[in-house]
Amino acid sequence: MSDQSHSEHADHFAHHVRRYLYVFVALIIGTIFTVWASYIHFSTREINIGVALLIASCKAFLVAGYFMHLISEKKMIYGILGFTVFFFVGLMGLTLWSFGDFPPHTVTH
Amino acid sequence: MEIPYTTEIRKDTGLYNAKVGIWLFLASEVMLFGALFSSYILLRVGTPEGYWPHGWLNIPLGTANTLVLITSSITTVMAWASLKMKNFGKFKMFHAITLCCALIFLCIKSYEYHDKFTHYRITLTNGKIADGHFADESKDFDLLKKTGTFTIHGHEVELADKTGPELQKELDKLYDLREKDSTVEHKELTYQASEIVSLRNYGPWQNTYTAIYFTLTGLHALHVIGGALVIFYLWAFGGRMWKEDPERFTNRVEISGLFWHFVDLVWIFLFPVLYLL
Repeated sequence: MSDQSHSEHADHFAHHVRRYLYVFVALIIGTIFTVWASYIHFSTREINIGVALLIASCKAFLVAGYFMHLISEKKMIYGILGFTVFFFVGLMGLTLWSFGDFPPHTVTH
Repeated sequence: MEIPYTTEIRKDTGLYNAKVGIWLFLASEVMLFGALFSSYILLRVGTPEGYWPHGWLNIPLGTANTLVLITSSITTVMAWASLKMKNFGKFKMFHAITLCCALIFLCIKSYEYHDKFTHYRITLTNGKIADGHFADESKDFDLLKKTGTFTIHGHEVELADKTGPELQKELDKLYDLREKDSTVEHKELTYQASEIVSLRNYGPWQNTYTAIYFTLTGLHALHVIGGALVIFYLWAFGGRMWKEDPERFTNRVEISGLFWHFVDLVWIFLFPVLYLL
């Protein structure tokens, strides 16, 4: 590799390193925000759960998108993850669906 | 025989083989943890009102562990970026920090586990329930033979004959320790073995919460140990491959890094679900 192309290569990754640092700071802020939000008593418990999961999802997006480079991956990886998302959503959907599905005469609390 | 596509890109996938492999593996991991999260939801929803624990875990320690894993995530990606910039020295430095973070995480988790295994709930013959941390036991203590004494640092609650808000107040002393913990007076309580009906620590067998807590965090801790072992191997013995085939070594570091980020990603959801909600 010539000196010039090596320098361009290093510049390219220096740019990435700056981005990683921004993501790192965002993740720390997200963690503090998650803990802070858990002490706020919203009108219903569902809102507390929703806020916590929303912040966690944003943090997960940052880790997967930037640290795992998913925002600029090949189609093959997106294909694999598309299947995973489909089955994961299906699993959670079935879990939520089961809440209201009790056999006759079940004692609920 | 040479392994194909360790560095060169396959035309049909656009990737080197290990990258397809690790993403397929991570997809299966998503479903594994997804199944356990689904179990968590069903166990929580199925628990009677007032019996699902809140505040049983140490939030500052959980927050510290989250920050430790986030730090390890950035050092992992920086270690890979250092190799891309042909700087093996920085790779060694960043992954040394990653390994330290893994060790700190496991130490904190072990401390939390120890706290649970030394925390007891005792059902007494007078109908009361004693709850607290182990303080002492006499040498001849044997619950089956009904000999000796057992001492905890804790408090007693009485659930019998209570209903409505009165029952809820007593239940909160056991199950909802958020903010209210300081108002419950803790003291040394010693019981004769003959006074004890049952005695159980806060291991996975205590209730459905501790069962799913230990299952989820135990499986996650095994992933931390596995990931740290791979990173340690690359860190300690990678020098030779770096000299002989730097691109292949860089790809190995990328693959181990993807696994490590996944471990961090799982904890991002475990922390609020188990500690905060």
